[in-house]
Amino acid sequence: MFDLPIPDPSPGRRLGDGGPDMIQVLTPEGERVTSAPHEYLEIIDALTDEDLRGFYRDLVMIRRFDAEATALQRQGELGLWASLLGQEAAQVGSGRALRPQDYAFPTYREHGVAWCRGVDPVNLMGMFRGVNHGGWDPNEKNFHLYTIIIGAQTLHATGYAMGVQRDGAVGTGDDERDTAVIAYFGDGATSQGDVSESLIFAGVNNSPVVFFCQNNQWAISEPNEKQTRAPLYHRARGFGFPGLRVDGNDVLAVYAVTKVALDAARSGQGPSFIEAFTYRMGAHTTSDDPTKYRMSAEVEVWKLRDPIERLKAWLAHEGKADGAFFAQVAAEADELGADVRARCLALPDPAGTDMFDHVYGERHPVMERERAEFAAYQAGFEGANHG
Amino acid sequence: MAERTRTDGPAAYPVTTTLAKGITSGLRAAMEHDPKVVLMGEDIGKLGGVFRVTEGLQKDFGEDRVIDTPLAEAGIMGTAVGLALRGYKPVVEIQFDGFVYNAFDHMVSSIAKMRARSLGHVGMPIVVRIPFGGGIGAVEHHSESNEAYFAHTAGLRVVACSNPHDAHWMIQQAIACPDPVIFYEPKRRYWDKGEIAAEPGRGLFQAATLRQGTDVTVLAYGPMVRTCLQAAQAAAEEGRSLEVIDLRSLSPLDTGAIIESVRRTGRCVVVHEASTFLGLGAEIAALIQQECFYSLQAPVARVGGYNVPYPPSRIEEEFLPDLDRVLDAVDRLMAY
Repeated sequence: MFDLPIPDPSPGRRLGDGGPDMIQVLTPEGERVTSAPHEYLEIIDALTDEDLRGFYRDLVMIRRFDAEATALQRQGELGLWASLLGQEAAQVGSGRALRPQDYAFPTYREHGVAWCRGVDPVNLMGMFRGVNHGGWDPNEKNFHLYTIIIGAQTLHATGYAMGVQRDGAVGTGDDERDTAVIAYFGDGATSQGDVSESLIFAGVNNSPVVFFCQNNQWAISEPNEKQTRAPLYHRARGFGFPGLRVDGNDVLAVYAVTKVALDAARSGQGPSFIEAFTYRMGAHTTSDDPTKYRMSAEVEVWKLRDPIERLKAWLAHEGKADGAFFAQVAAEADELGADVRARCLALPDPAGTDMFDHVYGERHPVMERERAEFAAYQAGFEGANHG
Repeated sequence: MAERTRTDGPAAYPVTTTLAKGITSGLRAAMEHDPKVVLMGEDIGKLGGVFRVTEGLQKDFGEDRVIDTPLAEAGIMGTAVGLALRGYKPVVEIQFDGFVYNAFDHMVSSIAKMRARSLGHVGMPIVVRIPFGGGIGAVEHHSESNEAYFAHTAGLRVVACSNPHDAHWMIQQAIACPDPVIFYEPKRRYWDKGEIAAEPGRGLFQAATLRQGTDVTVLAYGPMVRTCLQAAQAAAEEGRSLEVIDLRSLSPLDTGAIIESVRRTGRCVVVHEASTFLGLGAEIAALIQQECFYSLQAPVARVGGYNVPYPPSRIEEEFLPDLDRVLDAVDRLMAY
């Protein structure tokens, strides 16, 4: 009766390589895995050298941006930063698989996806600097505001996908019309009821949404085994749709599996679940201290699986990029760092009265009264300053 | 907001019907008026909802617009957010007041805040219908009055209807509003009959003076409106003149109507089923002492549920305000 295999729940398996089911195209040493499923290898073979160099450039640029933001926090210019260090490939690989009409629902760490969508990186700093709570127009790049409530965005994504279905933008065969939605979340979020409910709603509605879980092994201080007994990608089957694990530090593999999943969603085949097996190289946020709960030996193991180094090694070995290219990207990255630093420091503080704006779309007497009272109170200090 | 000035609801006004059917025809009119309006909830399709408020709508508008959802309130509310982001206007039915808490996070963290956190780029034109209040002999979690939680949350608007006319028009006005509206329906009054006129008569956020009086202002909403009108009738027989105002909107409050009346009468009783501690009555009492200080003949009285979990139904009538408790409060005010 109870004949299902029970996964090994023992701690420490995150030191492993993701297991035999994990899709990988490039090894950590930058060697091509020829045994990867054919459909994924075909997608990668169809990429031009320029595409491949573009992946490398994205990875380097977003890591540089992230480092600049961390530095700005350390210098007191940001109140907090949530670093994506180590997760660049999971974000760039999936982000590059999206089409313009697709819609992405991020957590607060998807700086790499935002980069791929064309969101100005300085916009991502606003909430961490405390000048707004996000504030960009999500519909401009089809990239929703960062969501801090863990897992809530998976339901928002699913509802959006239900809207896409009602608009008849699924399965028409028109590449510019058919639309997929991607929901980003982490391993910790999989414990939230919202995530399970989103899998239910997407499943029963056959909605065009890809659930993209970056399993970075840690939910602040709690390791995977505090969140789940079974591998996360196994979960999809229970909700009635496919799930797989991909090497989240292999940008090409992530791109290929996400592209397949998005294509399936757009064509009307419904949802799927991708577990990108990766690692949070830094702290949860700049307020965190990972030395209190994890071994440095674990971090050392994952350093050897760096997403940028493996792509660089492969590009160089294959003759698809040379030293001049790598140097040029490094210079561009430094320019980006300087640019976002300058523009972050120039972000204007909002006026106090701004807090009353945009709470409601229509006139609201409490907003009007309190705004007037606040303004009058502030005005009372003006004379004193000059007295 | 864009007030509806003409009808595309029932073929002919005035029409006499129940409060529940007034909402049904209001929903129907809104769905005919705007193809982006979709209804979501548990058992709202073939069954027509446990109170039959959506009866017949799935047959006429299809399963894509009248959505029988999985049995998960957080899931319903979270996907309603996504549908709104895609340009839809979801009208969510929460089956009973006490079931809304699973959805609370999406209502407070996402729906209420989305417009502000997007600096006005994205609105949340979502209506959440909640049958509320007790007096129907129900089991636990089926008789609550939780409006203060939502009225306390900036970004939401909260209204309560009390009669078929308002039910019919207020639901249409709520759906037309670009802001999220929590729409409370007095479940024990669902079967009250009344006439629906051809025009709404007033905006969604305006109170209605249902009976004019000179001695005491009685403020109520939802199921307590009928109770207070009956109390005013009884008081009149004793020579006391009560002014009864149906607040209709709990957030924002129609402060002008409240202040004008209390300045005239000098006395006020606020009546609601919800527990009095930090309930709407507390906010209204604060408003009145601030705005009507020199007109008051007596402190503001509150008549409401006791500050306990909603009791078992065999003693719910002891918990709920009734005509006698309203009159008792009036007596105390008149003794000052």
